[in-house]
Amino acid sequence: MDLSLFLIQTMNGVQYGLLLFLIASGLTLIFGIMHIINLAHGSLYMVGAYLAFWISSYTGNLFLSILLGLPIAIVLGIVIERFLIQRLYDRDHLDQVLLTFGLILIFDAMQSIIWGNDVHGVPIPDALRGGIMLTENLAYPTYRLFVSGVCLAIAVGMFLLIQKTRLGMIVRGGASNREMVSALGINIRWVYTLVFAAGAGLTAFAGMIAAPISSVYPGMGNSILIICFVVVVIGGLGSIKGAFLGALMVGLVYTWGTVLVPQFAGAAVYALMAAVLLWKPRGLFA
Amino acid sequence: MSVFKHPGAFVRKLAVGASMAAATMLPLSQAAADTIKIGYMLPYSGTFAQLGEMITDGFNLALKENGGKIGDYDVEIVTLDDESNAGRATRNMQQLVSGENVDVVVGTVHSGVAMAMVRVARQQGTILIIPNAGLDAATRQLCGPNIFRTSFSNWQPGYAMGHAAYERGYRNVVTMAWRYGAGQESVAGFKEAFEELGGTVTREFYVPFPEVEFQAQLTEIASMQPDAVYVFFAGGGAVQFVRDYAAAGLKDRVPLIGAGFITEGTLQAQGEAAEGVLSALHYSEALDTEENQAFRQAFHDEYGKYPDIYAVQGYDAAKLLIEGVNQAGTKSRDDLIHAMRNVELSSPRGPITMSRSHNPIQNMYLREVQNGENVVIGTAYEMLEDPGTGCAMRDVN
Repeated sequence: MDLSLFLIQTMNGVQYGLLLFLIASGLTLIFGIMHIINLAHGSLYMVGAYLAFWISSYTGNLFLSILLGLPIAIVLGIVIERFLIQRLYDRDHLDQVLLTFGLILIFDAMQSIIWGNDVHGVPIPDALRGGIMLTENLAYPTYRLFVSGVCLAIAVGMFLLIQKTRLGMIVRGGASNREMVSALGINIRWVYTLVFAAGAGLTAFAGMIAAPISSVYPGMGNSILIICFVVVVIGGLGSIKGAFLGALMVGLVYTWGTVLVPQFAGAAVYALMAAVLLWKPRGLFA
Repeated sequence: MSVFKHPGAFVRKLAVGASMAAATMLPLSQAAADTIKIGYMLPYSGTFAQLGEMITDGFNLALKENGGKIGDYDVEIVTLDDESNAGRATRNMQQLVSGENVDVVVGTVHSGVAMAMVRVARQQGTILIIPNAGLDAATRQLCGPNIFRTSFSNWQPGYAMGHAAYERGYRNVVTMAWRYGAGQESVAGFKEAFEELGGTVTREFYVPFPEVEFQAQLTEIASMQPDAVYVFFAGGGAVQFVRDYAAAGLKDRVPLIGAGFITEGTLQAQGEAAEGVLSALHYSEALDTEENQAFRQAFHDEYGKYPDIYAVQGYDAAKLLIEGVNQAGTKSRDDLIHAMRNVELSSPRGPITMSRSHNPIQNMYLREVQNGENVVIGTAYEMLEDPGTGCAMRDVN
């Protein structure tokens, strides 16, 4: 294998990893700060993708659709948190799993009723169409590079927001000791609502921006849920930094697994997870 | 159609046309004697809901064209949503066969569910007509005198495409499919024909089902530069693969060929990325025959939408049963099976007859996507018969 091929495959891995981070970050945010296991995470991803498809079929513009769709997803997040999740903060994880599993069924049925069972594609915005020739017969789609850039920007933005701002400080405080934060006169209920809405918005955004490269189809959310949990478990539940590194590792292992041991490409990712958990049973950064 | 998943097996009874009055007014024992009871075990919810609906519509259209009767029998229909749930399949099938005591079961789409249905049918002897599921085993190792199929075996489109690929001058081909039954059987069929003739399958890529990240394999394909790439994907995976393939700039350099499902029901979502994709299948909506035109018109008049391959397979399932009963003159099981295996149909897809193992012998068309339509550009293989390897059915005539 020559050097250019090696570099391109590595880039494929990084690109896939960044996309996985964007999809998984909402999950780890909600778990890390609120200690809620949100199985409906994949459904929010699906809602994002379908919103992008649905609105862009009227507007014809993906970015406008994201702008219009994102508030819908955030409101949805607020409603779910206020009316459902909030009742479960004092219960154990099993009750949360039951509730959010129920949400999966509801979202799947709603999708079928509202949008039907067809497979849809979302066109790539004109400005980002086409590709960059890497070798004489392989192009790299510009849109994938653009998505990688967006993922990277969001990773940096999230890190700065949580580590460097006053809001981030309150959120981190609420994660480790919610009573103390309340005692300091901060309305912790609103902080949690905000975090859940942000997590839902982030996940839906991932679905929207990935829609042109992943296509839109029933059950799409459930197929990403497992890989998201792998990423989050490797990184350590609740760690943004861990999710970032975990996603990159999964992306690279998946890609190189495909190239080097194609028979076991799917298993390589789970072998990685097993190895990490043997070494650090709580994940890399937990 | 019902969209919600039902907690238990949910059975709905319908009666077609004239049979409605008859079935409700006559005492039960009498009704059973001059009524043929059919169980639809199809997906009416979940990913394959659309397919289940099309098969049902096709079947009902054939019944309606026949005056709502089969031979002299009135028709009673029991509908069961199998949810494409293989775990519940045996129990569902038992309910139709033993609980509802149907004469014939029609189903299904999902191969895992069909596998369980075939096993029950083999034990109980109830006639089963499979209107889609392509698992090779149904008409090979697990074949049975009472098991019929009006769709295809996964091997068939693959084998036909292997033939067509060699005839088009391709010699080195890379294959790519999901690692599950249908993908592997389709690739095996392709490889068998292609290597028989002297071609080489340079590399077989398998992607874990239902993963849709293909960049690594596309990079490998670009560096290997085969004469063509043979793929088996369907639904969302088919849309994404075709789009990624075009985005990687491979579309104009390495021809993309596949089993027909790569461009079945997905063309609108694939858009111009699908232009030029070659595929082999036993039907195309653009097939220019009298039977197909008439069928499309009749289907559209009845339902206000155009039929697809699944509707054709459902329509032919009903035709097979109707012709069988007509020729046997009875629904008595042994006579009916004997008649059904000798039925010849002028299907919208072209002529079909049953092979020794009860899989359709049919034309495999070579289709090319032109202006968003699967245009038939030739026949990949005429009257292709699945070898039925491992089928140990003795009663052959």
